[in-house]
Amino acid sequence: MTAKPQLRALDGQSRGYYALLGVLLAAIGFGLLAAALKSAHGHHITGMDNQIVWGLPHVFAIFLIVAASGALNVASIASVFGRRIYKPLAPLSGLLAVALLAGGLAILVLDLGRPDRLVVAMTHYNFKSIFAWNIFLYTGFMVIVLVYLWFLMERRMNAHAPAVGMVAFVWRLVLTTGTGAIFGFLIAREAYDAAILAPLFIAMSFALGLAVFLLVMLTAYHWTGRPLGDLILRRLKNLLAVFVAAVLYFVVVYHLTNLYATRLHGVEAFLLVSGGIYPLLFWGVQILLGSLVPLVMLFHPVWSRSRRVIAAASGLVILGGLAQLYVIIIGGQAYPMDMFPGYEVSSSFHDGVVAPYTPTLVEFLLGIGGVGLALFLVAVAVRFLHFLPVSLADHKVDPHHSAGSATETAPAGG
Amino acid sequence: MSRKNASLSRRQFITGAAAAVAGVTVAPGVFLMRSAEEKTAEGVRWGLLIDSNRCGDCNACVTACHAENGVHGMDRPRTDAQWIRKVDLRDPGTGHTRSLPVMCQHCENPPCADVCPTGASFRREDGIVLVDKHTCIGCRYCMMACPYKARSFIHEPLAGQAAHAPRGKGTVESCTLCVHRIDRGEGTTACVEACHELGNGAMTFGDLNDPDSAISRELAEHGGSAIRADLGLNPGVRYQGI
Repeated sequence: MTAKPQLRALDGQSRGYYALLGVLLAAIGFGLLAAALKSAHGHHITGMDNQIVWGLPHVFAIFLIVAASGALNVASIASVFGRRIYKPLAPLSGLLAVALLAGGLAILVLDLGRPDRLVVAMTHYNFKSIFAWNIFLYTGFMVIVLVYLWFLMERRMNAHAPAVGMVAFVWRLVLTTGTGAIFGFLIAREAYDAAILAPLFIAMSFALGLAVFLLVMLTAYHWTGRPLGDLILRRLKNLLAVFVAAVLYFVVVYHLTNLYATRLHGVEAFLLVSGGIYPLLFWGVQILLGSLVPLVMLFHPVWSRSRRVIAAASGLVILGGLAQLYVIIIGGQAYPMDMFPGYEVSSSFHDGVVAPYTPTLVEFLLGIGGVGLALFLVAVAVRFLHFLPVSLADHKVDPHHSAGSATETAPAGG
Repeated sequence: MSRKNASLSRRQFITGAAAAVAGVTVAPGVFLMRSAEEKTAEGVRWGLLIDSNRCGDCNACVTACHAENGVHGMDRPRTDAQWIRKVDLRDPGTGHTRSLPVMCQHCENPPCADVCPTGASFRREDGIVLVDKHTCIGCRYCMMACPYKARSFIHEPLAGQAAHAPRGKGTVESCTLCVHRIDRGEGTTACVEACHELGNGAMTFGDLNDPDSAISRELAEHGGSAIRADLGLNPGVRYQGI
């Protein structure tokens, strides 16, 4: 049977569902509280200052924005590359993309010094600013993916879905290029000013978006008890491993290029060896826990059959991504700018010294608020709209799948 | 028929209202821009020359600037604004030291203005780089982009501002080259004035485009360099002795 995948809203009557909504609403509430505190007292109640101007909220925000474009992977593979097996998951993929982007943008906006001037940002544009381009890229992405979702779910428009899917795919590549370029275009700081940050961010988006997607999918199918076959899981976990390896590749090229240039030895030594928390996060969390360990878990012939292992690997990839963004965003600012090459520099404005940064609870809560908002949107949407396939059992996703191996299909618990 | 008329008039109303809104939105910008242009002298490029050989241990320029522009510290060194600061340099090879003031370098190609999403950071015709306090949304991207660390973000509610130097929580600010003085035709800045009255006379203000100005003659005779000249930003602030 090549039956059209059946999508159906969740029943959502369980106590667990309402508890989840409660937790997510609390997270949003904490985020709003943090924003209100910041608005009343100013940014001095955060760990950010005139040296570290972007902090933990930006790590969360950029994580969500990067993951948003990556969450669209699954839909893109279905619509752009014609892999039918992923088609039933395309709506969830699009939904996650929109929700994660909304969460990320909410953090960015609420962290502005003047969030009340959002309308200014929408009426005054400096088209030389990559930030201004990003405003269009983000809002455009949201509109395109929403149209895509509509075309996917409205039978009369189904025929046009691949075309919009293609536009969405190209758009998301441009979007992540734009996010990477926020840092890549900065000539002032030695850790940035590198074109490779754009493809690095694209690779990160693939990995982080898919990791988030896998976790959400596993959780949703586990909690609802809907069947989830190993076939689609196996493909997705292999894909995740490939994406993690791609991120590693760009990280290696970035650092090797910098290490070759003598003038950048200082910043490289800082980020990789002597910079305290940053080398620790880089080697310990980003490389070991966030890349190498998940690679082993995802490629191991026996371990990778376990859903717990796949979920754990996805979680580690997310942890590694957060660490990576922390090192890029905050480590890149903590290292002093080399205004007077060859001189030792000091001033009352902290020139020439490594800038310390300790994130505060306010910043953390703002970040958590954005994550809460993203997941809340997903939880509500899958409850009221038909996003989730009723079954992702092997014989449903691939009619040619041999009946024998269908026995592997089980509710997504194990 | 009457329906048609009604819809036509509705359309006309909407068109008219849209035009009125657009007019009201655009007009202040147009008129503000014109008045700004009227005040900007043609063909002028204001700049500073700082002779680090003369500049010593004093802090007169910093004190004067902050007094002039109402920049008061909150005793929080990491978040307090500094429009100008003294930077001490030491050559580790020779042990030679020197000190010099650093402020917004008023670049011809300012990275802050390039990256500013709303165009709040901008360069006037006469070379002064400013922040429009009405359109700054406080994203701090300019602070990420400035290679001179010249900008400060206002981290708390403020009181006691100078009328000519509006400052506000949640926006970014930096040296204005005492634009209020320039627009009044005073021909000097608070820092330069203080440097001559109380300090070592290490600073010169003037029109870089006028070959007869003191700053241009000094630069022609003894030369000068820019901080991070490699970036090609052509700053309006020049230094001697670095």
